[in-house]
Amino acid sequence: MKQFMVFVRKEFYHVFRDRRTLLILFGLPVMQILLFGYALTTEIKNAKIIVIDNAKDVNSEQLIAKIRASTYFSIVEGDDMGAAFRKGEIRCAVVFPPGFGNDLLHGNTAQIQIVADASDPNTAKTLTNYLTAIINDYQQSIQPMVTIPYQIQPVLRMLYNPALNGSMNFVPGVIALVLMIICTTLTSVSIVREKENGTMEILLVSPFNPTYVVLAKAVPYLVLSLLDFIIILLLSVFLLDMPVRGSLVLLFMESTLFIISCLSLGLLISSVARSQQIAMLMSMMGMMLPTILFTGFIFPLENMPLPLQLISNLIPSRWFYFIVKAVMLKGLGFGAVWKQTLILAGMTIVLLTISIKTFKTRLS
Amino acid sequence: MPQQNSDAVILNNITKTYNKLPAVTEISLSVKKGELFGLIGPDGAGKSTLFRILTTLLLADSGTATVNGLDVVKDYKEIRRCVGYMPGKFSLYQDLTIEENLNFFATLFGTTVSANYGLIKDIYEQIAPFKTRRAGKLSGGMKQKLALCCALIHRPEVLFLDEPTTGVDAVSRKEFWNMLQRLKEQGITIVVSTPYMDEADLCERIALIQSGSILSIDTPAAIKAAYPDKLYAIKSAKMHQLLKDLRAYGSCYAFGEYLHISGVSGETELLAYVKEKGYTDVVLKEITPGIEDCFIRLLQTGGAS
Repeated sequence: MKQFMVFVRKEFYHVFRDRRTLLILFGLPVMQILLFGYALTTEIKNAKIIVIDNAKDVNSEQLIAKIRASTYFSIVEGDDMGAAFRKGEIRCAVVFPPGFGNDLLHGNTAQIQIVADASDPNTAKTLTNYLTAIINDYQQSIQPMVTIPYQIQPVLRMLYNPALNGSMNFVPGVIALVLMIICTTLTSVSIVREKENGTMEILLVSPFNPTYVVLAKAVPYLVLSLLDFIIILLLSVFLLDMPVRGSLVLLFMESTLFIISCLSLGLLISSVARSQQIAMLMSMMGMMLPTILFTGFIFPLENMPLPLQLISNLIPSRWFYFIVKAVMLKGLGFGAVWKQTLILAGMTIVLLTISIKTFKTRLS
Repeated sequence: MPQQNSDAVILNNITKTYNKLPAVTEISLSVKKGELFGLIGPDGAGKSTLFRILTTLLLADSGTATVNGLDVVKDYKEIRRCVGYMPGKFSLYQDLTIEENLNFFATLFGTTVSANYGLIKDIYEQIAPFKTRRAGKLSGGMKQKLALCCALIHRPEVLFLDEPTTGVDAVSRKEFWNMLQRLKEQGITIVVSTPYMDEADLCERIALIQSGSILSIDTPAAIKAAYPDKLYAIKSAKMHQLLKDLRAYGSCYAFGEYLHISGVSGETELLAYVKEKGYTDVVLKEITPGIEDCFIRLLQTGGAS
């Protein structure tokens, strides 16, 4: 046990004396959170639009004021809609026909043309929906008294995330991504480094049980990864206004489980990789892409062809992502995530067993 | 537990190939308890492979080996307890200080620095002034001293040192060999490899190795005594031309500022030959062969045994 503790202490020395490791350990999560929280988002804010007002009456002015007041749009000056679209200066255009107010008040029907740049279909759809909503809203405000005899009024409620805050979706994904990359990269690199430096030879020619080498490597990174998890959590709560609705303890336990599964994966990589570069490449590239693709936080898994959906089941981060969302955003308890937890635990046990079994007690 | 056997290390027909390239072929040798045994050979001779097989890091393709009477395959765990190993490449933690390295390895072997301080005292005192310096920033000689301390810290019964003096300056090399002599007096069996032929004389017995095969095993004195004929050192102002001419006459090679030549019938005949070739300034003397001369001779004859 004393040997084990000394080994763990040695690992901490390595981490805190190597600037590169520290950067990966603490720079990466902060960067990722800020990147996904602020820069990479599918929300639409301040989309540039042109309003061409051929009516110039009270009603058109009022409607324009409403559009201007919304945070979704910023109105660009100009009247050549076609040129602006071609140059990509605007996403959308709103055209009022002449006599808009007159048609509305006296003819009972008025038209507004909405033109959107559908080369990005999702954005175009979202923008036209927003505009339609604003217009409907205005229509109701000018005739509050009129009631149509048969009316179905959909009452919308956005559960868990009423403000449709995009980072709600990303943060759990980023947590999974960051933990995955950090755990696998750092453990695999740290073991391969011992091989490269030749210190593994001395470690093996000692009474220290090789299995303990593996475990002693994993413990420091487990602690550091949990630290990372806390940092990410703090950043997302205080910077990105993420709620933590469920039990923090449960969240921690689940994260620990996920971290252990990632560490085992890192150990597995280290027994295959011959150099630190290869280990780095395998864990960074080999883990990042599947995690981004198959976790579901960027591309919805439901839309994928069946074979890909089946593959996604093998990715531990997929299950962890589900758990984090359930606990953090929906405030659900263990009862709701026990199945996913069981799958994750199974994966962890398999990975850990394989990585301890494949750890070589001799060279090559 | 070690058997009551006077041999600390026994290799029996050990063969090992890497990707069909033979590293060592049919090597058999034994090292007595308490002996300072040298494996002498150039780079790529297979010395490190032998060390790795003996330290249980590699499995031989065929043949058997024991260390302290323990089989390297079956009893590898016990062997790892009782041997000290210093790999050819500096293999301590470069980002840990001298002290941290030593403490780490002491604990790893289930002991403490103070428990066996007596054994390493002489060596450690030389590097102790730098004990807070990181191992990566030490000079070559100091690194080797630290590595030796770490390999000794658990008082091993057999010490394996793979090229401990490679890349170390002449003074440190001499010091290092003095330390080995003192360790030998403590009863530790030492197997050391070196590519430097001049270090062979410092061993009790040596094995000359080339391309994975043993050329000869004996005491350095016996190997030198077995040199089959007379050896001469010769020099002249035109060394390059002289070497060319003498190669046509006998077995000749450059050795420092002289040429060494053997396989000639006698001194007078040799002098007559060089006179005939037009050299007037030659210096010629008969010399006793060194290990390197023996090594070269054995290479030419393809091994004595």
